[in-house]
Amino acid sequence: MNIIVCIKQVPNTTDVKIDPVTNTLIRDGVESVINPFDTYAIEEAVRLKERFGGKVTVVTMGPLQAENALKEAISLGCDEAILVSDRKFAGSDTWATSYTLSCAIKKIGAYDVVICGKQASDGDTAQVGPGISTHLDIPQVTYVKKIEDISANKAKVERMTEEGYDIVETPLPCLFTVVKEINTPRIPSLKGMMKAKSAKITKWTAEDIKAEPKSLGLEGSPTRVVKIFTPPARKGGEMLSGDTADVAKELGELLKDIVI
Amino acid sequence: MASSIKILLDKCIGCTFCVKTCPFVAIHMANKKAVIDMGKCNLCGACVAACKFKAIELNREAVEKKDLSAYKDVWVFCEQKKGVIQTISFELLGEGKKLAKKLGVKLCAVILGHNIESKIAELSARGADKIYIVDAPELKSYQDDPYTNILVDLIKEYKPEIVLCGATTVGRSMISRVAVKIDAGLTADCTGLDIDEKERLLLQTRPAFGGNIMATIVTPNHRPQMSTVRHKVMKEAEIHKGHKSEVIRKTYSGDVLKSRTTLLDIVEEIEETVNLAEADIIVSGGRGVGGAENFAIIKELAKTLNAAVGASRSAVDAGWIPYSHQVGQTGKTVCPKLYIACGISGQIQHLIGMQSSKVIVAINKDPDAPIFKVATYGIVGDLFEVVPALTKEFKKILKK
Repeated sequence: MNIIVCIKQVPNTTDVKIDPVTNTLIRDGVESVINPFDTYAIEEAVRLKERFGGKVTVVTMGPLQAENALKEAISLGCDEAILVSDRKFAGSDTWATSYTLSCAIKKIGAYDVVICGKQASDGDTAQVGPGISTHLDIPQVTYVKKIEDISANKAKVERMTEEGYDIVETPLPCLFTVVKEINTPRIPSLKGMMKAKSAKITKWTAEDIKAEPKSLGLEGSPTRVVKIFTPPARKGGEMLSGDTADVAKELGELLKDIVI
Repeated sequence: MASSIKILLDKCIGCTFCVKTCPFVAIHMANKKAVIDMGKCNLCGACVAACKFKAIELNREAVEKKDLSAYKDVWVFCEQKKGVIQTISFELLGEGKKLAKKLGVKLCAVILGHNIESKIAELSARGADKIYIVDAPELKSYQDDPYTNILVDLIKEYKPEIVLCGATTVGRSMISRVAVKIDAGLTADCTGLDIDEKERLLLQTRPAFGGNIMATIVTPNHRPQMSTVRHKVMKEAEIHKGHKSEVIRKTYSGDVLKSRTTLLDIVEEIEETVNLAEADIIVSGGRGVGGAENFAIIKELAKTLNAAVGASRSAVDAGWIPYSHQVGQTGKTVCPKLYIACGISGQIQHLIGMQSSKVIVAINKDPDAPIFKVATYGIVGDLFEVVPALTKEFKKILKK
């Protein structure tokens, strides 16, 4: 079973702090990590490989520094890593990003399953996974929380919904986006870390993936960011203190209009 | 000409203000001058606006203005599950009406399903001027392929200017596919929508980086302009019985209705009757709850308030409550009218998921817990005393 995992390198949220004076993001010393949801995608791909044999190829679109995220993916069990990097990708929105990744997937060639995290923690759009499946014209199941059954040509999976889950059957090849519940990612093994150290990361440019220049970067992106601002910080409010019953009464009074 | 951005070295004084402003961490200092890493730069222009010395020059490619005048009307995709229109659809109709009014166009509802004829009156009462309805057995429950195909077809035929859709599981899965198929711009999880009346552009404002920054996004040259909107951000359209709508019934057959995937079963497993995303009130428990059985007091308060039950990551990871209740970065983002956090310390990953709630109440033993920094009302105390006392008080208020 050949599996392709798409990942994104994102700033580690725990490091992001707001400057209380200027109210802007403090990004100094912010470490880059693999998007949390993508770690579940990697784990699921590696588990499928362990069950059925085959190969896991991990791919990312990003700056050269994203090589670190790919090396980490190798340490977690991925076999090959591809960095799609080109200045022509600057300004890509989700349309252009999913197009670029779909071109890279076409170049990788034969695959049974493409797995993506549900969404990235910096953009939070959840649009790139479905975008890729559309560009590739393959079926998708989003918000997958369990792969119940998978064989050479079809899979039965559980898709998380607001009320519970759907059980969906899909032919292969297909694309899954996965949620946290699907597994518990392993930590890299010593052997994995050694492998990552010496791993060769394949680098592809826009030309390598035969992408249409007009569909890349800012030019290929229908949307434009016109303004970026920091929302006013939420201020801590009133502390209620005293006897528990009195506090409950006070709070009840304060919240009366909302709860009735 | 392709877009470009450059630092004018003679004007840059090395103040580093652009470095701090850049939301993509694409600028660093070298030899006391700013340097832009084009691999990371998104050409958003935040640095240009921030630079007091006009030392950054951004040239956006001149795009040939397309004639977009054939596109009219504001559409709302109205999601139904088991024949019940989801409340987010009414919120979108409320917001859509405002946008349609500013543009001087019609507000249209689009609904797909099976045996849904009775929904027309409901959508009409919520102010839809026009209703597009597609009724077929294949559309009973959501599946990616037929829903995507039909929406693409309708958009191509009737050319709406704006399409709004709920940022739900269904909405996010379907609308991303539609946008790619018709080369439209799509902005996810908007919390603010407005119209630039001069340019007839939809101004879409959304949080990014977990709500730490806000971005306003437009789609200048592609139609329709599409957005998904989170629950509870917009106000529901009021009900006006007797409001009349034009109804357009469309029938499809053959490939358009075919689905490559098959829905085998729908399983409902939320113990409480209210789902997190749609809840007006959420009562959440964290590490301080201390065990699965202790969640009973959280559930009791939730039941009293007709609220949904939420949880922090640590409560979920400890196995006290299912993942579907998790609020935060790797769970759900919610913005109810009232969020009551019990025994939750308030790690950034949790705050990201709930800090846009209108009123936040925090109950925690530790007076230094970060949750108090975002709480409207804070109570330092033992949740095992405070929560039952609140339940008692609210029962009194609600006469239960």
